[in-house]
Amino acid sequence: MKKLPVSDITKLISGLCIEANVDLRPDLKKAISGALKREKSKSAKGVLRLLLENAAIASKNRIAICQDTGMAVVFMEIGQDVRLVGGSLKNAVNKGVKDGYKKGYLRKSVVRSPIVRENTKTNTPAILHTEIVRGKAVRVWVMPKGFGSENKSKIRMLNPSDGEKGIIDFVTRAVKEAGPEACPPFVLGVGIGGTFDHAAGLAKKALLRRIDKKNPDLRSRALEKKIMDKVNSLGIGPMGMGGKTTVFGVNILSSATHIAGLPVAVNINCHATRSAYGVL
Amino acid sequence: MNKLTLPLKKEEIRALKAGQSVLLSGIVYTARDAAHKILAELIKNRKKPPVSLKNITIYYAGPAPSPRNQVIGSCGPTTSARMDIFTPALLRSGVKAMIGKGRRSKEVKDSIIKYKAVYFLAPAGCGALLSKKITKKKMVAYKNLGPEAIYELEVKDFPVIVGIDSKGGDIFKKRRRPR
Repeated sequence: MKKLPVSDITKLISGLCIEANVDLRPDLKKAISGALKREKSKSAKGVLRLLLENAAIASKNRIAICQDTGMAVVFMEIGQDVRLVGGSLKNAVNKGVKDGYKKGYLRKSVVRSPIVRENTKTNTPAILHTEIVRGKAVRVWVMPKGFGSENKSKIRMLNPSDGEKGIIDFVTRAVKEAGPEACPPFVLGVGIGGTFDHAAGLAKKALLRRIDKKNPDLRSRALEKKIMDKVNSLGIGPMGMGGKTTVFGVNILSSATHIAGLPVAVNINCHATRSAYGVL
Repeated sequence: MNKLTLPLKKEEIRALKAGQSVLLSGIVYTARDAAHKILAELIKNRKKPPVSLKNITIYYAGPAPSPRNQVIGSCGPTTSARMDIFTPALLRSGVKAMIGKGRRSKEVKDSIIKYKAVYFLAPAGCGALLSKKITKKKMVAYKNLGPEAIYELEVKDFPVIVGIDSKGGDIFKKRRRPR
């Protein structure tokens, strides 16, 4: 059995927090450049140029792409042939986030209680999702999630008869309501199926997929295209100032569900959709 | 491009039209959710706020910490709509300009017209770029709020677009279809 000190996980997560917040994902950069070629309106082009310039300045100066460096969402796939040693996994993850946010001069945006709202000054606790999988690798994704877009995310328990049309209409309405506040062009994570909580989890996890990588599930891939076309016809555009590009990508994850239900969750992410990946 | 120095003069505010691009230079004060809640409370109880609100510009922002050898970390606008319930009271107390992102409520728009103020949009999600337009940062009040404290920032050629002008013209009301 492979032994892995949890301190290695701390170190990895600390670095991933900085990388995710400072270096815009290559698929997003590509999407911005692509949209710049397609857009005709002067204001849309102007905003897209600013986004590229902003990403370049962040990378060069090693500062955050956006001041909202988010709540740190950590996804882990832990091989069942690994034994984690040297302390609690949860503490190790939180220490990694605390270290990374301090070292990277990232904003600490977490309050201890949603009602009392006292800043913890460490950006912890993080949100941790773990899954036990085959093998002896430990895979880690860090997703700093900003709340301008998180606040606009939605979930709905549709009826089975609502079908694809119901899903498309629900997502389109959510994007319309999100509007300029959530920093369009967006990336949409859409979770379909499972239970109430599972659909929301899938929507978040879907955001990890590079938007230039095709969905391996053909039905989902076709639905992604339909949603994308519909949403981009809204004309919200970059920064909500009008244009063809309201979303850069739609990522669907779906799962088995109950005979009576069709849960759909849409997790809206801004044009700075951030994540970084590492493996131990 | 139109360059303006803060604080804005009455006639400068009157001349601004929704959709216009402007470069701002001068002093702005950051305030977001927590600071707004405190300021509104102070106004309600007729107590003195930590900075005079007369003619000031408020920037809805919570900056990232300043890295070594840099004035400030990433510092872009946050969603203005969350401040909407506090804004009319602040405008009544003398605030003349606001910088943020996104749409505002009808009450805010009515107050902007009533008090002859202006609402600017800063490029959302461009905090790294905007940090380079900030030349000074000073903590003014509520240090314990961390990023939600009130900072006095000196900005130089800070790029904004007029979102809502003093006559109620609103950039988001003239939404175009994609071309």
